[in-house]
Amino acid sequence: MLRELLNLFIIFFKIGLFSIGGGYVMLPMLRREMVEDRDWLSDAELIDYYAIAQATPGIIAINTATFVGYKRRGVWGALASTAGMVGPSLIIITIIAIFFARFQDEVVVQKALRGIRVAVAVLLSFTVASLIKKAVHGLQGVVLFIGAFIGVALLRLSPIPVLLTGAFIGLAAGALARRKHVDPENNGRGDQK
Amino acid sequence: MSLLTIFAAFFKIGLFTIGGGLAAIPLLREELVAGGWVSGAEFIDMLAVSQSTPGPIGINMATYAGFKAASFPGSLAATAGMVAPSLIIIILIARFMRNFSDHPLVQNVLGGVRPAAIGLIAAAAWFVLSNSVLLMEHFPGTGWFELPAFTLGAVIALVYWKTKAYPVYYIVAGGLIGIFLF
Repeated sequence: MLRELLNLFIIFFKIGLFSIGGGYVMLPMLRREMVEDRDWLSDAELIDYYAIAQATPGIIAINTATFVGYKRRGVWGALASTAGMVGPSLIIITIIAIFFARFQDEVVVQKALRGIRVAVAVLLSFTVASLIKKAVHGLQGVVLFIGAFIGVALLRLSPIPVLLTGAFIGLAAGALARRKHVDPENNGRGDQK
Repeated sequence: MSLLTIFAAFFKIGLFTIGGGLAAIPLLREELVAGGWVSGAEFIDMLAVSQSTPGPIGINMATYAGFKAASFPGSLAATAGMVAPSLIIIILIARFMRNFSDHPLVQNVLGGVRPAAIGLIAAAAWFVLSNSVLLMEHFPGTGWFELPAFTLGAVIALVYWKTKAYPVYYIVAGGLIGIFLF
């Protein structure tokens, strides 16, 4: 038991250590560790967990780690996996934060930071563009995307009510679509041609 | 700032982060910049550090902000707050629900939340752009448009578009060029 908890911690520590710039490298690494090397999960299970991780609140990498850990060894497994996943961040970022506070007022560092901010702006813009391509579809998607952008960027609304409004509109649209779909069958009017 | 306040602030952020660590950026900005924890420029520096070091961006940001607020105990409190909603919700789902992500109501909610979340990320990107390349509202005295920054941005965009290399390289290159350019 303890041995497997330690194993879970080490595996997710390793994944945390190698996922640089977002969780996109996580799935291939997780597949290798869990499916190929250990036979702990099947491909279908892994994909299910990943899908649920994306559909629930929280960072996808943390959700996946929690899910896999729980399935292997219950609540303690979930804790061990999650602790492993955040371990590298805690260590590395703390070290950087200590040094950063010491050097951030140097002129050279200030200049370097201005260049770095430009790079961050460009990278983030590209990421947004690819996210739009992947997940903003149809009238509802476009209206919600533009509405959320204007609401937060220009009207300075807080993000949480904007997300809740999106959830509500999604639910309402779904209910409306279901009613449209069910009505002709129930009433036997046969709206279709 | 008390550790409980830090934990609660990041619990809220973790709870409303849907669809990956990037979705945490607008929430973090609201909490950290509007809440007065860090300045706008400092927020972008944190983003740069978080993007170019190992670990999920959201966790890196939480660790960093927590450290700034209350040293090492602060980074532990922030990170614990950020992952606590995941632990609770995922364990409940793993225990009690099957086919959660296929449920029509879940699909409907996500159909509304996902595009809105991307709109929020776009707003955060706009904030970063306006603080580094375009309007410069947080760097008084430089005017609203700065040619060196804009040129550097255009060059990075062109190279990234052509090569799509690892983000870390662009952050390092931006830093090195910045030393000579500004």
